Amino acid sequence: MTRTRHSRRARLPRRNTSFVIGAVIVGLIALTACVSLCYTPYDPIKMAIEDRLQGPSTAHLLGTDQYGRDILSRVMEGAQNSILVGVVAVGIGMSFGVLLGLWVTFSSGWVDEAVMRTMDVIYAFPAILNAILLVAILGPGIINAMIAIGIHNVPIFARLTRGGVLRAREEEYVLAAYSLGRQRWAVAWRHILPNILSSLIVQGTIQFAAAILAEAALSYLGLGTQLPYPSWGRMLREAQTFMRLAPGLAIFPGLAIALSVLGFNLLGDGMRDLLDPKLRGAV
Amino acid sequence: MAAYLGRRFIGFLAALVLVSLLVFLAIRVVPGDTAQIILGTDADPSSLHALRERLGLNEPLYVQYGTWIKNLLTGRLGESIRYGKPIGELIASRFTVTGPLALLAIVIALLLGIPLGIFAATHRSRFGDYGVMAFSQFGLAVPAFWAGILLMLLFSVKLRWFPAGGFTPWSKSVWGALRSIFLPSLSLGVIHAAVIARLTRSTLLEVLGEDYIRTARGKGLVERTVLYKHALRNALIPIITLVGLQFASLLGGTIIIENVFYLPGLGRLAYQAISARDLPVVQDVVLLITVLVVGLSVLVDVAYVLLDPRVRLE
Repeated sequence: MTRTRHSRRARLPRRNTSFVIGAVIVGLIALTACVSLCYTPYDPIKMAIEDRLQGPSTAHLLGTDQYGRDILSRVMEGAQNSILVGVVAVGIGMSFGVLLGLWVTFSSGWVDEAVMRTMDVIYAFPAILNAILLVAILGPGIINAMIAIGIHNVPIFARLTRGGVLRAREEEYVLAAYSLGRQRWAVAWRHILPNILSSLIVQGTIQFAAAILAEAALSYLGLGTQLPYPSWGRMLREAQTFMRLAPGLAIFPGLAIALSVLGFNLLGDGMRDLLDPKLRGAV
Repeated sequence: MAAYLGRRFIGFLAALVLVSLLVFLAIRVVPGDTAQIILGTDADPSSLHALRERLGLNEPLYVQYGTWIKNLLTGRLGESIRYGKPIGELIASRFTVTGPLALLAIVIALLLGIPLGIFAATHRSRFGDYGVMAFSQFGLAVPAFWAGILLMLLFSVKLRWFPAGGFTPWSKSVWGALRSIFLPSLSLGVIHAAVIARLTRSTLLEVLGEDYIRTARGKGLVERTVLYKHALRNALIPIITLVGLQFASLLGGTIIIENVFYLPGLGRLAYQAISARDLPVVQDVVLLITVLVVGLSVLVDVAYVLLDPRVRLE
């Protein structure tokens, strides 16, 4: 048993390049976010007008912005935002989505139909339009942006959970649990949910990447993270204004977004391959 | 088949009712007095009251909703508070930007994505395949608005080939209008090409492993005929589905790119209307975009059934 587990552990990551590259990138982003909590080369929000729009140098590795703020420090602190948005938005989507998905499968037909059609409609709203509308209702800011992105995630997890439960409901281990006198919610919680957890985790990783993109878009429009706190999307907006004077400003925040999304997408792909070999190589 | 189409149509109508309700309620729960926001904090009470009356804001919610739907069904879209123009006219003029922009983006995505996918599938596990897959992964990761900024930096700021923003109306110059929408379309198109290339590759690989392809090769057909006449034809069905869905998502996705390039399209109209609390415009534009998205996905489902006899039989 130990040998099997050991050999599997040794074998899988080597085969699964996506997983390894994704895990390394995500690990680096998470590490950057953690380090930035207690250390950044400069204060990311402190202005130094005399140093404005400088190119990369030994003093400022990625240069400075229009207010003389250090780009590296702002990119590092921006990582905190992205990780936080991903965690909260996926957390909201997953917790409400899973609960809804479980609830409808154990409810009567019309409840299931009504809830799932509403989920379809929420999902049909273009994601960014949905988020802009919600942020307009709730007011701009990072917390409301996270809620808006999270709400868009709910239908995704509700559908996934519902589908998984419907498939698992007829499985022998579930029927056995019922025959032992277990309650519906207990069976769902203790037997069915652990069996669909892998697909939820994979979807969660992919939605994490989508959440980072959505937050960047909202911040770009001025609806996400507010001034003076750094957000990669907001930095791109500011960079666009100074594009003619300092073209380099637009490079690093965009690169940080792309790298994080790439990392989470690769990690999601890799985890799907690890957890569900039947889907290996699928789009 | 007729029963299926009927079911889909009823589902579409139900979705429309739900969407209209959600849009209506979402806008009504925005905190603050709309009339106050429009006229400013120093507006006198009589003008505030008059504006509330004009907008129907003093009526109960169900009356407001009923009036809105009745007006929509009779083609009376009302007037924009911000622009003081009929909303129908406003939407029609903005659609002349968003429609061609989305269309050109899809054309670019297809022209790039399908050949890349075919190339990757026919060069499986070789350098070219890895290159296409890497492009596809990066395409999925790069935000369209960053791609837009980078393209603007290169082609507008450095090379000065295209305008850095704004829109030349079609009536003034077709060439100028095309130049205005080319970079935004390219930024969206390249991103969507990544998804199309990925799907084309995987679908083609799946089809190339089928028995009928082996039979075609066994008959002595040249590889080009096998690939384009037998394999690609069958692989195109899921790609058509994806393109339909992508076109729908592009209509929503243009919001950001229109803001990057200062294009007066539907997305920018929706964004500006939300910011300015131009409620009649927000309601109509959001509903229009969502109806287009839902409608396109229904059309895609129907096209899928029509194109694939196996699905029809199921």
